[in-house]
Amino acid sequence: MAFLDIKQISKRFGTHTVVHDIDISIERGEFVTFLGPSGCGKTTVLRMIAGFEAPTTGAIHVGGHDITQQSPQKRGIGIVFQNYALFPNLNVEQNIGFGLKVRKLPRHDIAAKVAEVMKLVELTGKEAHYPHELSGGQRQRVALARALVVEPKILLLDEPLSALDARIRKNLREQIRDIQRRLQLTTVFVTHDQEEALTLSDRIYVMNQGRVEQHGSAEEIYTRPETEFVARFMGNYNLLKAAEAHQLLGMHIDGHMAIRPESIHVLATGSHELGTFEGVIRRHQLLGGVIRYQVESRGVQLLVDRLNRNAADLMPVGTSVRLQIHGDDMRVVR
Amino acid sequence: MKRTTSRIGAWVAIIVGSAYFLLPLAATFLFSLKMRRDALSFDAYKVVLTDPQFQATFSYSTLMAVLTIVTGILLVVPTAYWIQLKLPRLRGLVEFITLLPLVIPAIVIVFGYLKMYNSSALLPLTAHERSTDLLLVASYVTLSLPYLYRSIDTGLRAVDVRGLTEAAQSLGAGWGEILLRVIFPNVKSAILSGAFLTFAVVIGEFTMASLLNRPAFGPYLQLIGANRAYEPSALAIIAFLVTWASMGLIQVFAHNGRAKPKTA
Ligand SMILES: Nc1ncnc2c1ncn2[C@@H]1O[C@H](COP(=O)(O)OP(=O)(O)OP(=O)(O)O)[C@@H](O)[C@H]1O
Ligand SMILES: [Mg+2]
Repeated sequence: MAFLDIKQISKRFGTHTVVHDIDISIERGEFVTFLGPSGCGKTTVLRMIAGFEAPTTGAIHVGGHDITQQSPQKRGIGIVFQNYALFPNLNVEQNIGFGLKVRKLPRHDIAAKVAEVMKLVELTGKEAHYPHELSGGQRQRVALARALVVEPKILLLDEPLSALDARIRKNLREQIRDIQRRLQLTTVFVTHDQEEALTLSDRIYVMNQGRVEQHGSAEEIYTRPETEFVARFMGNYNLLKAAEAHQLLGMHIDGHMAIRPESIHVLATGSHELGTFEGVIRRHQLLGGVIRYQVESRGVQLLVDRLNRNAADLMPVGTSVRLQIHGDDMRVVR
Repeated sequence: MKRTTSRIGAWVAIIVGSAYFLLPLAATFLFSLKMRRDALSFDAYKVVLTDPQFQATFSYSTLMAVLTIVTGILLVVPTAYWIQLKLPRLRGLVEFITLLPLVIPAIVIVFGYLKMYNSSALLPLTAHERSTDLLLVASYVTLSLPYLYRSIDTGLRAVDVRGLTEAAQSLGAGWGEILLRVIFPNVKSAILSGAFLTFAVVIGEFTMASLLNRPAFGPYLQLIGANRAYEPSALAIIAFLVTWASMGLIQVFAHNGRAKPKTA
């Protein structure tokens, strides 16, 4: 049995079922992300783990114990919210020490632990500041420190970075991952940002409309999507309908064909290898290190990525190209 | 042209309004200084302030006010908190109930009490002085409910009650600790303004105290007013000052509360 084991939980609000019989298992020390669009039920699952909502059906086990009926106070599960939820009447030090004070630790123990965790999140020197005197990134560090200092069994992070601007977001997410590795902390991270999920996670659960679409390592999810939804959500997959796949590749499939733009090869013109096909460049777009071409081939539009090594690499609109896709780069998805 | 007339209109309104309030006050004040035939003096104040009955009734009412405030806060803060957190649909109903004391005359309420708790009733609260005091405090809590509930509810709305509660819960805090360490401190200025308003309401209250036959400041005011010439004016000014001091303190605390933003 995994450390955090969620069995067949569902959640109904009134007549509206927002989580449908989800199974999730997370090992000790793992960093797992729930990834999905807004409203797919990520927060609801997280709140059930934390104990703020009771599942309509199903059970949650932590370390082999059924905690489904346990109150949030007793679970020892830390949570960091998107909007920080710091106590406005307490300064940074008191905010972080709150959980220890509630546990009635001696004052000098509290001070020592708070100082240690403040160093960990790089807040030393801000002890006496009040939440309204801090930047968003600093507030979220306080929230993180406050959750960490009580040494939770599991740390839950509900879109902790989405209220921050891009640079601070990247910085803080590296830091979160770093701390998580150092403390070997079992962590569940919620986001709707696939890049965030891919860079941070050991494993990802992709959610859609209250169900888990697919779960696996970041590489698996990115390179081997199983459903059309996952392929669409994970990035710029070319998704060909059955008819288009037949038109372009002469293949008969059920569902969709998913092809990543970077796995389509552009060959020197004049090459007539087997399994290649002609196309014409219709548009291009510079994405920093990559140029994304829109190529039309046999009436099908394809996105093709090529490395942008130097200016001479750019192929102008109207150029005829020969494309090749290897068999293992074509994925049939539901 | 139009702007000047509207500005003149506004000034006229302000002057008339101020005169309406200030002239009687000024006249009362002036009258209260005329106890000595030949000169203006604070003699009336000296008489009033050294009257043992004044001291007794004023202290009694102050004590009742403090008890009312403490009871009211202990009753209202958890209630308003719980409604906001768990029963937001009941908010309208509760608000309506807390407003009832403004609609139902105090005399009706106190007659109800006398019927319910008289010395031959099941719970004969009026049989002893101390238990009548309890009844009086209870009635004052009722009277101050509209003010106390409103200001505390407004204060709570400015705070992320649910987020803070859940953060505290996940850190291991129980309900008592959440109320004491998280909710109370964050609605402190709202509680204080409710408290001063309550004080202002209770300190001069007449109906309840008089009909429950308690030695409060309100009935004393009435007694002096009916029997003396200059002292009532002095008392009126004193009561007025006490009330306005309460209001002033509300402003001070409301302002301090605003200086520290409640969201984080
Ligand atoms: N207390 C509630 N009462 C009724 N419906 C709710 C409640 N909480 C959530 N829902 C509904 O459940 C669904 C899932 O909500 P949830 O907050 O879990 O989504 P989410 O994946 O976290 O979305 P987001 O990325 O926008 O935060 C939504 O349709 C939402 O309206
Ligand atoms: Mg959410």
